[in-house]
Amino acid sequence: MHDFRALDWRKALVTILMFAASVLFLLPFIWMLVTSFKTENEVFTYPIRWIPTSWNAAENYRQVWFGDYPFILYYWNSIKVSVLTTVISCTVSAMAAYGFSKIHFKGSKWLFLIILTTYMIPSQAVLVPQFILYRYIGLFDSHLGLVIIGSFSVLGTFMLRQFFMGVHQEFIESAKIDGAGHGRIFWSIAMPLVRPAIATYAILRFIWTWNDYQGPLIFLRSDNLFTIQLAMQKFTSMSGQFYSLIMAAAVSAILPLLIVFIIGQKSVVEGIALGGVKG
Amino acid sequence: MSTAPVTVKKAEAKSKRKVSLQRGETIAGLLFVGPMFLGVTILVLLPILATVFLSFTKWNFVAGIQGIEWTSVGNYQELLKDDMFIKSLRNNMIFLLVVPIYMLVSMVLAVIIDRFVYFKGFFKVAYFMPYISSIVAVAVVWQVLFEPSYGPINEFLKAFGITDPPKWIADPNFALISIMMITVWVSIGFNMIVYMAALQSIPKDLYEAAEIDGANNWIKFARITVPLLSPTSFFLLVTGIISTFKVFDIIAVLTQGGPIGSTTMLVWYLYDTAFQNLNIGYASSIASVLLVLVLLITLGQWVAQKKWVNY
Repeated sequence: MHDFRALDWRKALVTILMFAASVLFLLPFIWMLVTSFKTENEVFTYPIRWIPTSWNAAENYRQVWFGDYPFILYYWNSIKVSVLTTVISCTVSAMAAYGFSKIHFKGSKWLFLIILTTYMIPSQAVLVPQFILYRYIGLFDSHLGLVIIGSFSVLGTFMLRQFFMGVHQEFIESAKIDGAGHGRIFWSIAMPLVRPAIATYAILRFIWTWNDYQGPLIFLRSDNLFTIQLAMQKFTSMSGQFYSLIMAAAVSAILPLLIVFIIGQKSVVEGIALGGVKG
Repeated sequence: MSTAPVTVKKAEAKSKRKVSLQRGETIAGLLFVGPMFLGVTILVLLPILATVFLSFTKWNFVAGIQGIEWTSVGNYQELLKDDMFIKSLRNNMIFLLVVPIYMLVSMVLAVIIDRFVYFKGFFKVAYFMPYISSIVAVAVVWQVLFEPSYGPINEFLKAFGITDPPKWIADPNFALISIMMITVWVSIGFNMIVYMAALQSIPKDLYEAAEIDGANNWIKFARITVPLLSPTSFFLLVTGIISTFKVFDIIAVLTQGGPIGSTTMLVWYLYDTAFQNLNIGYASSIASVLLVLVLLITLGQWVAQKKWVNY
């Protein structure tokens, strides 16, 4: 028999060691948060003051949010782009996933193969033509353009297709006999059955879009259209030495995601584990 | 005799219905996959053909369509002599080192968290934090932490008696290493989560059998865990390598390829050439090299998967 007490004691020791190691991962975030509460001249005092002696939180965040850089506007832009991208991407991906897994039609294999091929193409290899195309058709420097680029990522199609394939064909066939078309079957039978998968993909897509830097950098030019990532980068290069303000901006950029992640933690982790999906 | 035409008619009607049913399926199918297919065609397929075409031309975007000049393989010949391009490629190769490093750390962490600790949930979130945080926020924080003269990291090193600590991202000899360190830090969470999921699928009785044979933890790790994780490791290796070729955000925010070109990488150089210097043809040739590299790795994956991965 195991000596359970000895085992627990070892486990506790490992837990403590692992906790010490995890500090490496958390400390930069804690430092960021603490610094965002400080006055500027306290930022670089050493040893690091983990509890500020003079609190300047309200003033720092007021300056970031309502100062020369209207972070409220950037927040709104990010929310708009992320929500729209997520909704459209989920819709288009779910439709394609259903089409490829539940409708048997001529050429379906070829179309799928073509889409699979595009998945291997790195997004940066098509940036220049996309940029030229956008300039030409007037989607450059617009949120719509950004949303469209983000919505047609083929990753969702592959991910959701796996789940639609798991929907029993009998459900589909019996609905057909009852006279339902594919539109009805998709919406009232298949979709409810794969809802958890859609939720997972939606959360991941939201996180990726919110964090996207490359897209806005290339396809946006006007300050008032900037998303939070782009705005923060600009804010950082403009505010130069005002580190407490920069950290307040960084906290503001991460916070919504942290909330989304904590709420949807289980689906995020499952989704990532499932397909090992990324980007 | 008289019933024969009727059956024929019936069969005809049946096959007609079948045809129209099949046509209905085809229309439905096209309607469902159409939007995605159309989007992919316009946003990826045609652009990639354009990239390859433009890579054989010389074109300054400002000059308009008629300014396109066919140069055949001129751009590629120039690439071979371009110091900055070679430097970018070399940096990409050095950068590959981060993949085995973060994979190893993630695997060990995953095993420890899976079997030997309390508060699993806390550790998952802690190590995962860098992954969900935006790269811009992460880069900005590290930029300040790495500040050469009074940043926390160098103050810390000085406290340990290192009088002349490196200038990190401001030092050409340390900038790339600094970025690699941050990349390892960011990537561990993601890889760890994938490994943890893979660990769930290893049958517990394998470990129990090994225990009966007197195997210690190390032997169990080396002889059971590592081999059974090999499909996952292989997958993470390939996607990891591909993602190092796509590195861009962190460089754009932290170093812009500097100081003195020490952190330039393929995609950064591509961006710099296309969007700062408006040299579209030349940038497209860099994009084509990127494309070929990524495709080669993907093809290599298919070939190697059969031989290397043991299930």
